[in-house]
Amino acid sequence: MAQYDVVIIGGGPGGYNAAIRAGQLGLKAACVESRGTLGGTCLNVGCMPSKALLHASELFSAAGSEFATLGIEVAPKLNLPQMMKQKDDSVGQLTKGIEFLFKKNKVDWVKGHGRIAGAGKVEVTGADGQVTTLEAKNIVVATGSEPSSLPGVEVDQKRIVDSTGALALPEVPGHLVVIGAGIIGLELGSVWRRLGAKVTVVEYLDRITPGVDAEVAKAFQRALTKQGVEFKLGAKVTGAKASKKGVALTFEPVKGGDAETLEADYVLLAIGRRPFTNDLGLDTVGITPDKRGFIETDHWKTSAPGVWAIGDVTHGPMLAHKAEEEAVACIETLAGKAGHVNYGIIPGVIYTAPEVAWVGKTEEELKAEGRAYKVGKFPFIANSRAKINHETEGFAKVLADAATDEILGAHLIGPSVSEMIGEFCVAMEFRAASEDVARTCHPHPTRSEALRQAAMGVEGWTMQA
Amino acid sequence: MADIMTPALGESVTEATVARWAKQAGEAVRKDEILVELETDKVSLEVAAPADGVLAEISAEEGATVEPGTVLGKITEGAAAAATPAPKAAEAPKPAPKAEPAPAPAKAAPAAAPVLAPSAQRIAAENRLDPAAIPGTGKDGRVTKGDALAALEARASAPAATPAPAAPREIHAREERVRMTRLRQTIARRLKEAQNSAAMLTTFNEVDMSAVMALRNEYKDVFEKRHGVKLGFMSFFVKAVVHALKQVPDVNAEIDGTDVIYKNHYDISVAVGTEKGLVTPVVRDADAMSLADIEKEIGALGRKARDGQLSMDDLQGGTFTISNGGIYGSLMSTPILNPPQSGILGMHKIQERPMAVGGQIVVRPMMYLALSYDHRIVDGKGAVTFLVHVKDAIEDPQRLLLDI
Repeated sequence: MAQYDVVIIGGGPGGYNAAIRAGQLGLKAACVESRGTLGGTCLNVGCMPSKALLHASELFSAAGSEFATLGIEVAPKLNLPQMMKQKDDSVGQLTKGIEFLFKKNKVDWVKGHGRIAGAGKVEVTGADGQVTTLEAKNIVVATGSEPSSLPGVEVDQKRIVDSTGALALPEVPGHLVVIGAGIIGLELGSVWRRLGAKVTVVEYLDRITPGVDAEVAKAFQRALTKQGVEFKLGAKVTGAKASKKGVALTFEPVKGGDAETLEADYVLLAIGRRPFTNDLGLDTVGITPDKRGFIETDHWKTSAPGVWAIGDVTHGPMLAHKAEEEAVACIETLAGKAGHVNYGIIPGVIYTAPEVAWVGKTEEELKAEGRAYKVGKFPFIANSRAKINHETEGFAKVLADAATDEILGAHLIGPSVSEMIGEFCVAMEFRAASEDVARTCHPHPTRSEALRQAAMGVEGWTMQA
Repeated sequence: MADIMTPALGESVTEATVARWAKQAGEAVRKDEILVELETDKVSLEVAAPADGVLAEISAEEGATVEPGTVLGKITEGAAAAATPAPKAAEAPKPAPKAEPAPAPAKAAPAAAPVLAPSAQRIAAENRLDPAAIPGTGKDGRVTKGDALAALEARASAPAATPAPAAPREIHAREERVRMTRLRQTIARRLKEAQNSAAMLTTFNEVDMSAVMALRNEYKDVFEKRHGVKLGFMSFFVKAVVHALKQVPDVNAEIDGTDVIYKNHYDISVAVGTEKGLVTPVVRDADAMSLADIEKEIGALGRKARDGQLSMDDLQGGTFTISNGGIYGSLMSTPILNPPQSGILGMHKIQERPMAVGGQIVVRPMMYLALSYDHRIVDGKGAVTFLVHVKDAIEDPQRLLLDI
């Protein structure tokens, strides 16, 4: 029986980073993954392929519209199979990259379905049905999440798809209806909208992107509407009937009223994700997930001795970088070091155009806490680089404590903000004041100057607007 | 690897400065050998090697501020000294996985120079705040804007705010700038505190030392033979002071807010000059001690002070202070109180002077006495009475015997 210091179940961003860190610390580690490739949802059917399609579709859309204003006249023609192939190629390279990192750090990749079989034991069932048992001093559950289901809307991955299916549609839909105005729905909706589909987003709440600063969400909705995405807010989906040719989706206003039916070629169900703990053998060590399927932990430690849990199966935002952060902290803690995660500084990003990125508290949260705060804001239309690039939509907003000026939140919507939010993550980790960012030299001309100007705005000395 | 830890520093002392390393990284050390000297507000103390081996690493350099529990350095146990200093540490053993997370490592010693956020730098510069005096709450002790604003506010709300030190002036060719030791800084601060808080004034008297000197001359040999210690004047003064404190309890009391705390114990701080500055170790329960006990105790404390061996316990809790400027030749001085005490006796040089005694001019060995006192609690009558009691007891030591 193979013996390990730590066996990690799940090869996604939580699992593979945990495995690498364990290898670095000299622990004998194995990572059990049932998918044929490492990387989990994120690399295989999530963040990575969606970014590949977002990038390609954005260029396609630009070629068909903005290029002409730049003096480039082309008539782009979509080659969807090639677009999908380049996506698959990139994903393939990335998953191979993790295999390489496993070898480099002497981590064993055990292929098959992992299941806890009592304290210190993990049973792995391979594709051929063969069962091997691993002995583990520590077990880390990093099995991630799967798309949530909705009664009345049966995902068949043909006409009614989830995020996995929406990344591999065989054609550009004439009409795509997205259920759920969250990050996944809006990103994938954007992809197909840019490739030519009519896109309607049906959302139960009366706002899009819950959890995002309301002012940003409003501006974001305006931007998407301008791109031709239609929104049906406050709408409760009651059923979806798939035929060979399409789907009839019915919904009714949450506040009451007449039901409506939308005829769609495809329906994307994207109402969120739920923890994935099926057939994991948690009961064999006495762990019972809560009602919504999450595993309760105290600093990644479950109620069972020697069993740890990280990432989407635990509470908190279901984000790859949150799982990665927990992976490092969990492994360091079980190795006797001082692992730490600053849950107040986990950024969020929506990779649409314009992009949306944020970290820390929203204005709504600060108001609810009764905390006195100041706001600095700067529009990208007043930023020279954005102006030159014809990407003037959006703004940067900085929230800081009214007394100490410590940055409490940053909310960005605009060009390349996904790459810029890290500046505020670092600043906040060091408990910087808005003035600290305002007094830090930023390169000119860049979009990052908008962040500095917004920080200046907190104390009323924005200079360029 | 054995850690060299900062030991407990005594009550109410939270940090120390690393004064001097006796060894360099790479040198062999023996268990209990003195490795590093620390200075606190009040004492210097030495830290010994916890094990035989080689000093592998110095984590807190000279000048660094450390707290109890801070790792000062590491010793590779049993290793032989390397030919070159700073040997490459042997490869760390593979960490064994533990079920229980280890406690977080001790907080690293803050860097000698404080790190200020840009905003905090501006606030400090514009308001002449001393960056070293702003407690930092940011990552690794960095000073955030909030910390600087709080420091500014604290200064604004402090009633007797000391003006911020001016920017350091330039050093000329024949000058030298030396950082004050922590002990010297503390002496400076406490003396100034005493002047700022107490309503301090001094009353004088003079004492004829003939009787005590005669007594001493008569018994010094037999005293030394019996007790193994020389009979000096200090023990007489300690006894005389205790006697006088019993008569005038205000001098042995302290002010605490709007209350007065009277002390029914007589712990006499005795000022001792050392190379590094003045310290005041305490002779405890002096009222219950014989002259010989007092002489022995003062001798022991004096030796400890000169060797830098005084502990915090040796220095705290005195109720009254005696300072002898006479040993340096002072004829008259006005000592400064040792807060929170309310009185300090200044002894001076014994000088033969012509005195009128019974209508005759005679030469007598005389000493001026000074009592500085806090007028908020001790009134003039009490102060003068106290000093007269001391004078009477010294001029006629039999009074001590009879307790009158």
